[in-house]
Amino acid sequence: MTPMPQQLLRHPVLWLALAGLAFPLIAGEFWVGTVAARVLIIGTMALSLTFLTSSAGLVSFAQAGVAGVAGYTLALLSPNITGVGMAVPWPLAVGAALVMGTLAGLLVGWVSVRSSGIYLLMITLAMSVSLFYLVSQNTEIFNGFDGINGLKPPELFGMDLRAPIPFYGMALAAAVLSAAAVMHLDRTPFGLQLHALRNAPRRVAALGFSTTLLRIAAFGIAGLIASVGGVLNTWFSGQMSPGAVDVHAAVNLLVVAVLGGIRHPLGAFLGAAAFVLLENYAASVIDRERFNLVIGAVFIVIVLFAKDGLIGLIQQLRAQIKPAWTGVCAKSGRKAV
Amino acid sequence: MRFYILLSLNALTVASLYFLVASGFSLIFGLLRTVNMAHGAFYLLGAYVGYDIASYTGSWLLGLAGAAVAVAAVGLVMHLTLLRTLSGDELRQALVTIGFAIVVGDLLLARYGGITYQFAPPEILYGTTPMPVIRGYPTIRLVVIASALLVGLGLWLLIHRTRLGMLIRAGVDDRDILSAMGFNVQRVLVLVFALGAGLAGLAGVIGGSALSVSPGEDARFLLSSLVVVIIGGMGSLAGAALGALLIGFAEQFGLAFIPNYATLLTFLLMVAVLAVRPQGLLGRG
Amino acid sequence: MKTTLHTILGAAALLSGTALSPAFAQDIRLGALATLEGPFAQSGLDGMRGVELAVDAFEGKVAGKRIVLVKESSNAKPDVAVAKTRKLIEQDKVDIVVGPLSGGEGIAVKEYAKSVPSKTFVNGTSGAQDTTLRDPAPNFYRFTLDGAQWQAGLGSYAYESKGYRNIAVVSEDYSFPYSQVMGFQAEFCSRGGKISQKNWVPVGTKDFTSVIAKLPDGVDAVYVLLGGADAVNFLTQYYQSGGTAPLIGSSVTVDQTVLSSKGAFKNKVLGMISAGPVADSNDDPKWAAFVKAYKAKYPDGLESPSLFAHGYYVSTLAVLQALEQVGGRLDDGQKAFQAALAKTELTDRSPTGLIRLDENRQAVADNFVTEVAQRPDGAFYSKVVTVAKGVDQALGMDRAKFLALGPASRDNPSCN
Repeated sequence: MTPMPQQLLRHPVLWLALAGLAFPLIAGEFWVGTVAARVLIIGTMALSLTFLTSSAGLVSFAQAGVAGVAGYTLALLSPNITGVGMAVPWPLAVGAALVMGTLAGLLVGWVSVRSSGIYLLMITLAMSVSLFYLVSQNTEIFNGFDGINGLKPPELFGMDLRAPIPFYGMALAAAVLSAAAVMHLDRTPFGLQLHALRNAPRRVAALGFSTTLLRIAAFGIAGLIASVGGVLNTWFSGQMSPGAVDVHAAVNLLVVAVLGGIRHPLGAFLGAAAFVLLENYAASVIDRERFNLVIGAVFIVIVLFAKDGLIGLIQQLRAQIKPAWTGVCAKSGRKAV
Repeated sequence: MRFYILLSLNALTVASLYFLVASGFSLIFGLLRTVNMAHGAFYLLGAYVGYDIASYTGSWLLGLAGAAVAVAAVGLVMHLTLLRTLSGDELRQALVTIGFAIVVGDLLLARYGGITYQFAPPEILYGTTPMPVIRGYPTIRLVVIASALLVGLGLWLLIHRTRLGMLIRAGVDDRDILSAMGFNVQRVLVLVFALGAGLAGLAGVIGGSALSVSPGEDARFLLSSLVVVIIGGMGSLAGAALGALLIGFAEQFGLAFIPNYATLLTFLLMVAVLAVRPQGLLGRG
Repeated sequence: MKTTLHTILGAAALLSGTALSPAFAQDIRLGALATLEGPFAQSGLDGMRGVELAVDAFEGKVAGKRIVLVKESSNAKPDVAVAKTRKLIEQDKVDIVVGPLSGGEGIAVKEYAKSVPSKTFVNGTSGAQDTTLRDPAPNFYRFTLDGAQWQAGLGSYAYESKGYRNIAVVSEDYSFPYSQVMGFQAEFCSRGGKISQKNWVPVGTKDFTSVIAKLPDGVDAVYVLLGGADAVNFLTQYYQSGGTAPLIGSSVTVDQTVLSSKGAFKNKVLGMISAGPVADSNDDPKWAAFVKAYKAKYPDGLESPSLFAHGYYVSTLAVLQALEQVGGRLDDGQKAFQAALAKTELTDRSPTGLIRLDENRQAVADNFVTEVAQRPDGAFYSKVVTVAKGVDQALGMDRAKFLALGPASRDNPSCN
């Protein structure tokens, strides 16, 4: 199963890693620590949705909520200035956050196990909104509307992980590992079962596999990935509040995944990049206040005309250029790459 | 006693408003299988357009009618331009309506800003109607209940007593057969979509008069519509009514006794129904 | 090696946008952060007007240095506020940030401020107590009052002049109203007033009729802490339901955003009392001059500058005045400037009386108790009935005792 060097070279995740490593060399601190780190975090959260859709054909509005469960767990188990929760050593807090997020993912999968298609979209939306109302109305544990403030990533070997470069490095590592895991999973027997579940659920059942367990497991894995993003996001913004799990957050994640291309792991990151850039620079295109107008219009165009999002467009473009390139090469007598 | 009667009337008012909004949503889903995520945006659009017409002409009723017609037209255009090309792909249809809702919401914010609008319905609707035991109840809220009854009755007659209704019922059961029998199904679909959108616009004016109009109401009423029809059963008129009643009572009694978790209660109700009966209480499996 | 490094740095500078517009040494870069998006867009816009008016008052220059204003928008969410503040500091290279607008944002930006001690942060209008009360940041300054201070004067006025003894509360359920209730109770309850029922409703509640039905009979007044659309809805439904007890408002219940909303509820709020940092009608000639400058520059602005315009205005004024004092020098890691800012007192320039800072860099200033009144042309406005002078953050209590009360919450402090 060890991939040949050549195969490895073509591996998209490798390109994500290389591009990610090269970026700090050419970009300023703001771009690395704030813009790019945010792209990677949103991308990782969107990846959890991309994984569900591309491998198992499931859609979910709950991924922002699941990431929020991890974020709130981390916030409650970390030193904070709000005076809620109980601080424990940070590896324990992070571990607990990932476990709780995964459990939340499993719960979403279990509750929604009998729904599919748009019903699934709606029940996951309902669960996500329930979480929002729970955390925004409960002041005893979650400090309600105002959330939990003053959270910091730990210091590791004397290095401040919230400084731009170390934080970016951490986000990049998390993103690359998550993307690699999703790509790898795709080729395991479990991944193949998920594909089968997507394409012909009845036959999967007839073959003696439990479709219920398969689906719940897929939601669990997606929950873990979303939790990784949720933990980073909490450290990134230094606080956790209901705004991170509201309807807009849920919709935004879906927009990001669809924008980039929901059938390919890298689409999540491409979509996140487009989203964050638009968010920061819609101002120079039109009025700053009209960001939603731009993102909404772009989204409509993508849904209507590019089924596989930006990554689909890039693939099409490459497919068109390749023959031309081969032609050029043939004429000039060079060997096409 | 007085308190419980008041609470029940409040619950009925809210349920009526939810039914007005959700009936169009449910109608559209029943026939087109489209989850129109822009339904909340239609509500808000209707409210603002109705407000403009009402303050320009000085007639609340004209505002009501104008909003319904204008939003029906917008729905018509949206169906023809965005949804028809994606016919059969329900998920992408839902996605494109999300995009449409984002765009409409932002345009409305640009045009009307963040302040709160409130209709000035005719004096006669704005006062208090005397009633036994509870002394009196705001007239406008009785109007909300009455309009929901009227719309419900109208829709029932339309579906069960007219030719169009016959086509709708047949279409809900089997669109392909209906088409194969030579009926112009596309025309029925467009009409139903416009009707559903128009109902949302109408509800916008009624809701804006009983409560108020401000940004964010679009998401609120989209969510309430979703909850109502999911609990009651997608595509079922009776289901929408049942769902609206359940949510109305849960919300108002919740607000009175456990105000902090009132909204959470309604969503948990929905999760419970979906987990046990995914097609909703009165939905057909 | 050196060349490579230069190329990289050059590329980095290009990406961060600084290469194209080199910062001149004589410029002072001032960042302004307010909510220009979402439901608070109007408030944020008015805040920005305040900043511009203050820069105008100094004719755009301090000690011969040009003031370069960089505006940035948030949406009232704390994480977005921090991200945008970061952008102002890291990408736009501003020296000083004025903002943010709302409570949760203020606490988040204060925490961020601790990580960049050589920059200075001056609050816009955010009013959470803990932004300056507990665990303050040494480089975060607030020249506006907090939520509790904004109710100063109201409790005693309600008790003594209005004769209210027993009231009920209807309030949105988050920290800003908690602190407002705390500020009210500090006077009302210490005089012997009682609050017999507190109703905490979720933000965004639109139908209050069931809460109204629950209000006890025989209270002297109902104290309403709701803002924007929630306030409009409550006021309408209260009178439709036949409510007769007089109302008391928080700082945002009957401000201009509510008073200029369209609807029939307004005829019923005449005479309603409330308190806050500004009043539409104020005899102070400096307030009149401020209103005149506001109306001249922004003919499309509000009827009267809101507390947002006022807050951003005085905060920016303070920054410019302190800069003037140190001759515009910021090259010592802003040490001299920060020391000057901590001692800054706004006297002649302030449209609302003396503003100075306490040891936590929190404003001590006047607060206005107002009553809703109607102009001959029919427009509604808030009229000053009394002024609470020099309100400090401990609301006149002993500071240690005040801190011992703990953060304001639903039931803390209690008063029944």
